[in-house]
Amino acid sequence: MSSSAVIKDQDLVRGRAAQQSPRPKGPRSAAAREERRLPWYHALVTAGIALALSVVILAGVQALVGLLPEDQQVNLVGRDFSPFSLASVLVFGYVLHLAVAYVYSRLREGRRWAMDRVVTLVVTGAFVIAMIPLVSLLAEVVARGLPRLLTPGFLTGTMQGFTGGADGGGILHAIVGTVLITLGASIISIPIGLFTAVFLVEYSKTGVKRMLGRGVTFLVDVMTGIPSIVAGLFALALFITITNDPGIRSGLMGSVALSLLMIPTVVRSSEEMIRLVPHDLREAALALGVPRWIVTVRVVLRTAIAGLTTSVTLAVARVIGETAPLMFTIGGLTLLNANLFEGRMAALPLVINGQYAAGAAPCSGDTVINYFTRAEYACNTGINLERAWATALTLIILVMVLNVVARLVSYYFAPKTGR
Amino acid sequence: MTTTSPQKTNRTPVRLGDRIFTSLSVGSGLLIFAALLAVFLFLLAQSWDAIRASTEVMGQSGEFSLAEFVGPLVFGTVLAAGLALVMAVPVAVGIALFISHFAPRKLATPIGYVVDLLAAVPSVVFGLWGGVWLVPKLEPAFRFLHESLFTRWFPMFQGSDQEVTSPMRNVLAAAVVLAVMILPIITAVSREVFLQVPRLNEEAALALGATRWEMIRTVVLPFGRSGVVSASMLGLGRALGETMAVLMVMAPGLTYTLHVLAVGQHSTIASYIAAQNAESTGLDMSKLIFAGLVLFVITFIINFIARAIVSASSKK
Amino acid sequence: MNVFSRKTIAALGAVSVLALSACGSDGGKPVDGGKADTGKSDSKPVSGKLVGSGASSQGGAQDAWLAGFTAQNPEAQVTYDATGSGKGREAFLSKASDFAGTDDFLDEEEMTKAKDRCEGGTAMNIPVYISPIAVVYNLEGVDDLQLSPETLAGIFAGTITKWDDPKIKADNPDAELPSKPIVPVHRSDKSGTTGNFTDYLSKAAPNEWTHGAIEEWYESGGQSGDKTAGMMSTVKGGDGTIGYADASQAKDVGVAKIKVGEKFVELSAEGAGKTVDDSKPVKDGDLALELNRTTTADGAYPLVLVSYMAVCDTYDSQEKADLVKAYASFVISEQGQKDAESSSGSAPLPAEMSKKAQENVDKIKAK
Repeated sequence: MSSSAVIKDQDLVRGRAAQQSPRPKGPRSAAAREERRLPWYHALVTAGIALALSVVILAGVQALVGLLPEDQQVNLVGRDFSPFSLASVLVFGYVLHLAVAYVYSRLREGRRWAMDRVVTLVVTGAFVIAMIPLVSLLAEVVARGLPRLLTPGFLTGTMQGFTGGADGGGILHAIVGTVLITLGASIISIPIGLFTAVFLVEYSKTGVKRMLGRGVTFLVDVMTGIPSIVAGLFALALFITITNDPGIRSGLMGSVALSLLMIPTVVRSSEEMIRLVPHDLREAALALGVPRWIVTVRVVLRTAIAGLTTSVTLAVARVIGETAPLMFTIGGLTLLNANLFEGRMAALPLVINGQYAAGAAPCSGDTVINYFTRAEYACNTGINLERAWATALTLIILVMVLNVVARLVSYYFAPKTGR
Repeated sequence: MTTTSPQKTNRTPVRLGDRIFTSLSVGSGLLIFAALLAVFLFLLAQSWDAIRASTEVMGQSGEFSLAEFVGPLVFGTVLAAGLALVMAVPVAVGIALFISHFAPRKLATPIGYVVDLLAAVPSVVFGLWGGVWLVPKLEPAFRFLHESLFTRWFPMFQGSDQEVTSPMRNVLAAAVVLAVMILPIITAVSREVFLQVPRLNEEAALALGATRWEMIRTVVLPFGRSGVVSASMLGLGRALGETMAVLMVMAPGLTYTLHVLAVGQHSTIASYIAAQNAESTGLDMSKLIFAGLVLFVITFIINFIARAIVSASSKK
Repeated sequence: MNVFSRKTIAALGAVSVLALSACGSDGGKPVDGGKADTGKSDSKPVSGKLVGSGASSQGGAQDAWLAGFTAQNPEAQVTYDATGSGKGREAFLSKASDFAGTDDFLDEEEMTKAKDRCEGGTAMNIPVYISPIAVVYNLEGVDDLQLSPETLAGIFAGTITKWDDPKIKADNPDAELPSKPIVPVHRSDKSGTTGNFTDYLSKAAPNEWTHGAIEEWYESGGQSGDKTAGMMSTVKGGDGTIGYADASQAKDVGVAKIKVGEKFVELSAEGAGKTVDDSKPVKDGDLALELNRTTTADGAYPLVLVSYMAVCDTYDSQEKADLVKAYASFVISEQGQKDAESSSGSAPLPAEMSKKAQENVDKIKAK
């Protein structure tokens, strides 16, 4: 490798814009580099080689292991494991590909670019690994939940009067409950979280405030460790103390419990986002004599809006599916209650948990009567699980919609960053 | 902007706005102090009975001192969350880099969105999926780790035949589910941090002839290190306190074994509280709340260590 | 809130009217007029708010009861939180709820505490929910399994570890038993089902089962599942597994017959009822039962869970007393027990027990 290949960190960090910096001398000029870099489809070639090798090697191993007596087989590969399966070929092929691609690129492009190729593969592999649970989970939830979700009345009806294996019922009450309770939690925690983050970044610079800031940062981290179930118990105890009514249950109690879990997530990630706003921007605005709070609102928060939206969305996603804090606080209800401040409410995670725990429904006859509508329904022993999966799907869709809205917000309000 | 022009000498309204804003910010910080103090006091008050009676008979299943009771729970909690973190962080950083620096620019946003989808899945659903789909799929791999010549020497994969039974609802399966659950949080925060790396620095590195990997190693990773650590802490916080998914995937038990493939040997504080809470009253409940208090303290300690790591690395 | 619930009723009513003409747009068919009157009681409707909480075992039945009850009494609003028996009793004693559902009856100490809560009167345990517990197993090639209490205790105590153990063979002379390890599965949460299961083992096989009646499993380790759903998925997910679950959940798995006297008895609602008939009250005047686990009555199935409704005989207002009385009467009525059977697969109260329960319920009055 030529001397220009050795790059010092300091040089890079202090480097000016690409156009102004002198190009490195020697054979590694930009043009030469472009020539030497191989087009992307060479990766397909190496992948093909790796896959073929993997198939051959594993099939060979399988054949060899098959020749051994059974106890030796277990000794080598375990009882249930077969070396030559789709999963093992793919995993082994991927590992082989790292080696094959390195050697291939090393020979044709050089050491540094070979390393670059391997890292690209590793990083892409990480993404693919993360897709496995996501795809399988979504497939599972959609396959099991979609038929029930599409049943007329599932999204527009409630569970009022539905018992046993009655093949009907809806979750409107739980959708309304979840939306309201999460909204309540957001109204409590987003302002508190954002103001705290602003305080940590912008105001905790000197003296007592600095001490306070350190304490708050630390405590916010500790707050992430509140077990969700404890948040529920705490909200229950708090409201009982305030109202002196041991039987009290309301949506607001659920909101308070959830906001305890939401605040640290909002603070922690917003703080990170606000910290990333370049100091030049703040100083430029302050130098113009703009009041500090306006700088914060119109420059700092505005610049960080995309990141802030992501953090708020993640915080909402974090709490919207929480079951444990709601168990003790909102009580659960089979009919619609849209008043957050009074009376029991229903929520989607509670419905999922309840229906799953109810398990198989008994069917003593062919039909079950709904007492309220006086309608007769067919009896379906799997109805509880169907409702559980369909409710799970509804919840996921709800969060996806929230995500899209958040993204649109950040798209329209964020200053363009060029990326 | 419609604000007061900076040239104006009368700055009273400006000061007022600043003052209100400052006190709101400081107030929020103080409110968090108060909330945490309230939770802490609540936990302490509710677990006081158990603390006072800690050497007496606890529960129906024998005599426990409080330390003996909570010890295996702490061990299991830290083990499960630690395993999850070890699996999740490298993958999450990889995905974050993939989105911020490797994926084609047009695809980066949708891909980021797809990963965020994982965060949209409620923990109950992760529990359902983990128990129904994942555990049977992991079984051959677990058997391989436990029985194969190549891996069985590793102490963590060992265990007696009574311990390693099917279905493999063990701590490693729970940790895999936890890892998937904390992946999107770590990824999202790391990704945002990587995207904030000053463009000029990156371009300078590339212009100097650095490969993409060299640019990332020398510019992006040093810049994003504290962000990744804090993202991991967020993930760890979630893994430590996760209730439903662990409850639905792992068969619990209360031992100190490091055999991660053994079924029914470990339990986590949060899932233990959830499982025992319904039928617990009086001293038993107090005991459970004490376990919650301990979880609180664990996060305290872990954050303390993380903080020390971040400040030590930033001093260099 | 009432406004909303009434709107919903109206909306659902509209749906059912539509259903009449549109032939069941939401999957439900309207019932003919004669049938629609079933369950209408002749007593005048009661009103007010009634709060109950407690055992999750009777949660499904309570859902059916409160639906049926509020259909008859539209002005009444009843809620039930399945928070667990212990919490239910605690809430009842602290006046946080009006009645408790509980798998363990109120004991002597709690009865004394209840004096205060019951305005000087006494609390009553009323058996409302009888559920047989099935011994479920998953063992390939064995469709019919018979177990004596001693063998069952041996399996769960860990002294019998193989399916072809001589003791299991002795119980099943005709079955072909594989030489597989037995994987006993227990409930990982504290539960009344575990309590009743171990109570049965300790009474029917005291030599083999030495851990007594316990709600939390005696040892650490082994396969387990959270709640009945977790238990069932673990039993189904393994091979050679054996566990215990409420009868209504015992689907797609083998259900073992257990030995009573000299015969092996199949799980049945009638059998559960016979065990209850053959059991004596713990003390006179109350209906808390000392279940006869060693009954030899013909066809009785002694592995059964009885869940109670704990109420006061005196409430602070006439409205509340009327409401509790009406609700409890509905629960133990033939209609109420039928609803519970269809919603959660329980066994109906035997006629005699139901008569005694009604006598006790009739004592409920205002201060």
